Amino acid sequence: MAAPFLAASERVKGRNLRDRAFVYWGLAATLVGLGTLVALVADLAADGGGRLSWSFLTSFPSRFAADAGIFPAWVGSLFVILTTAVIAVPVGVLSGVYLEEYARRNWLTNAIEIAVNNLAGVPSIIYGLLALGLFVQAFAMGETVLTAGLTLALLILPVVIVATREAVRAVPQDIRQAALALGATKWQTTAHHVAPNALPGVTTGVIIGMSRAIGETAPLICIGAATFMAFLPVKAPGDPVRYTVEYVSPAAAQRNPDATLTVRATNETTIQYPDGRLVTLTPGERAEAPAGADVSTTASLSDAAASWLPWNWLDQPYTVMPIQMFNWTSRPEAAFRENAAAAGLALLAITLLLNGGAIWLRYRLRRRIRW
Amino acid sequence: MRWAGLTGAACAAILGLLAAACDLANGLVRAPQTIRVDGSSTVFPLSEAAAEGFSIENRGGVRVTVGESGTGGGFRRFCRGETEVQGASRPIKQSEMDSCRDAGIAYVELPVAFDGITVVVNKDNPIDTVTVEQLRRIWAPGSEGRVDNWRDVDPAWPDMPLRLFGAGTASGTFDFFTEAVNGEGGASRTDYTPTEDDNVTVIGVIGNRGAMGYFGIAYYEQNQDRIKALAVDAGGGAVFPTTETVADASYQPLSRPLFVYVAARAMQRPAVRDFIEYYLTHAERLAPEVGYVPLPDAAYTEYLNRALTGRTGTAFGGEADIGASIEEVMARPLAEDAPDEAE
Repeated sequence: MAAPFLAASERVKGRNLRDRAFVYWGLAATLVGLGTLVALVADLAADGGGRLSWSFLTSFPSRFAADAGIFPAWVGSLFVILTTAVIAVPVGVLSGVYLEEYARRNWLTNAIEIAVNNLAGVPSIIYGLLALGLFVQAFAMGETVLTAGLTLALLILPVVIVATREAVRAVPQDIRQAALALGATKWQTTAHHVAPNALPGVTTGVIIGMSRAIGETAPLICIGAATFMAFLPVKAPGDPVRYTVEYVSPAAAQRNPDATLTVRATNETTIQYPDGRLVTLTPGERAEAPAGADVSTTASLSDAAASWLPWNWLDQPYTVMPIQMFNWTSRPEAAFRENAAAAGLALLAITLLLNGGAIWLRYRLRRRIRW
Repeated sequence: MRWAGLTGAACAAILGLLAAACDLANGLVRAPQTIRVDGSSTVFPLSEAAAEGFSIENRGGVRVTVGESGTGGGFRRFCRGETEVQGASRPIKQSEMDSCRDAGIAYVELPVAFDGITVVVNKDNPIDTVTVEQLRRIWAPGSEGRVDNWRDVDPAWPDMPLRLFGAGTASGTFDFFTEAVNGEGGASRTDYTPTEDDNVTVIGVIGNRGAMGYFGIAYYEQNQDRIKALAVDAGGGAVFPTTETVADASYQPLSRPLFVYVAARAMQRPAVRDFIEYYLTHAERLAPEVGYVPLPDAAYTEYLNRALTGRTGTAFGGEADIGASIEEVMARPLAEDAPDEAE
């Protein structure tokens, strides 16, 4: 190379060096994250891989580590996360779109923006305390799937809102102007052009939010999630059902001291009357039961089907996988820690499955976008 | 078609509401047989074992949930009527008696097993026994920043820095240990590693030559090849914590009863009665399976009788009461602090 160009070529060399150095730094940084994840999963697999089996997934918890399973935990996690999604996604996405597309920029929207960004960083236990005071106590909603879903929905709302706003903001201004120039209304512009183009970004926010929600323990312990339960929020045909006939209030007992409730037997039903008398009904028979009667039967097909209706499982008690893991890691017997590791693997698998579905959806949505 | 389906669903919903309304008209409802147990994480394994066996026996007809929000957290819920059964690793406190009374909640107090709080040290520690006086010198609030070496406690002990692991302040174990050792529940030095998870203490004691920690005997029994328990001398000679010394109350002052409290109103429900009966008749077998020491046979009979006849109140008067034998506790009159509920 000729002498006058030497200095320039030195500079180029320096730049090339930096260019390559950045690749290595970036690679190293990525490997730190990836390596940690691989090490964690490998550790979980080494500890708990041997415990993962069909019976582990379909057994109830037990005092014997070898018999214990995570059936109510993963079913509970799915019901809770479904409730969370149904509440948080519409509310979060609509708020995000409104704030970005419709709301006028003033001190109020600025304040809301700051508040939402800060809420995303509030520790989850605070949401648990809020939910304990608000949902469990003030609204008397008890320890139910609905309470858990609402609590986790509050927790991930900021994430969904922030992601939605980012995604909406990323839609080029030209698209809006073009639509408006052709006479589209604000609603048509938003619904037909902005929303579809923002959807993949929104999906990313929802994925991050849901992944956070499914791993939460602290707020749910705070609002009284169960740790042990040997039943599910929904019923299968043939599942035992037992209930007591009770007055709604002492006042009702005074108004109607001799009231009875008609028990129609769809399956064999046993009524234990308050005086100790036992009566067995065959299917099709009916009997009148007074307050204090104890009725035992099994779920019919229609009982089981009805238990899947949302308003029938939203008020059920629940437990979730992180709570089951938390309990097992704090037990004295080492075998329970293997169970906790196995439950951790199962939780990872469920999260991956849910995210996989969402990622596939995002991929489909992205393909449709052409600027 | 779509609308037909929707209309059908709407009708079903309306019918459902109507059915509920019909039930309400004469004031009767179908109350599902759900029993909510919450409270101490120490009592949790025992309640879980009882709930597990009971659920199998009833094939799930009665639905029992067991939570572990801690003795104090559990009592807050119990005294608001949110749970039927409350596990406690110490007797009910005066403040909790007050809030239960204010809410009109009467309760039956049922000891269900014994636990021996075990003082543990590192395997390499040459010390084998500790007196209550020495424990107090280690854990007293005034020792904070002053007693930092084993030699500070007793000149004959080795020159090792003292590393302390203890129970979190929200736990019944902390309340009991501080009461037994320092004479006042909750009084403890604060420069130690507090944890709700006793496995953290196990790991800490294994890893530090100068470590000392305390927890329920179950954690010691599961880890006895890795850590060392100290015999405790309350003045009558050193006693090593074992199932026998805890059961006959010779391991003092760190033997403690574990309790469940049952809401008196809930005891009127057949399912709750069945559950409590199952609990008390099986606790003798279940307690050792989860690392606790069962009460004598006669005690379970007596307490089952108390539960079924609904005799409410506490035998402890709001105090932790260290060192009482179960026979003595059984013989005590019950403080009728909670009024009988209006029927």
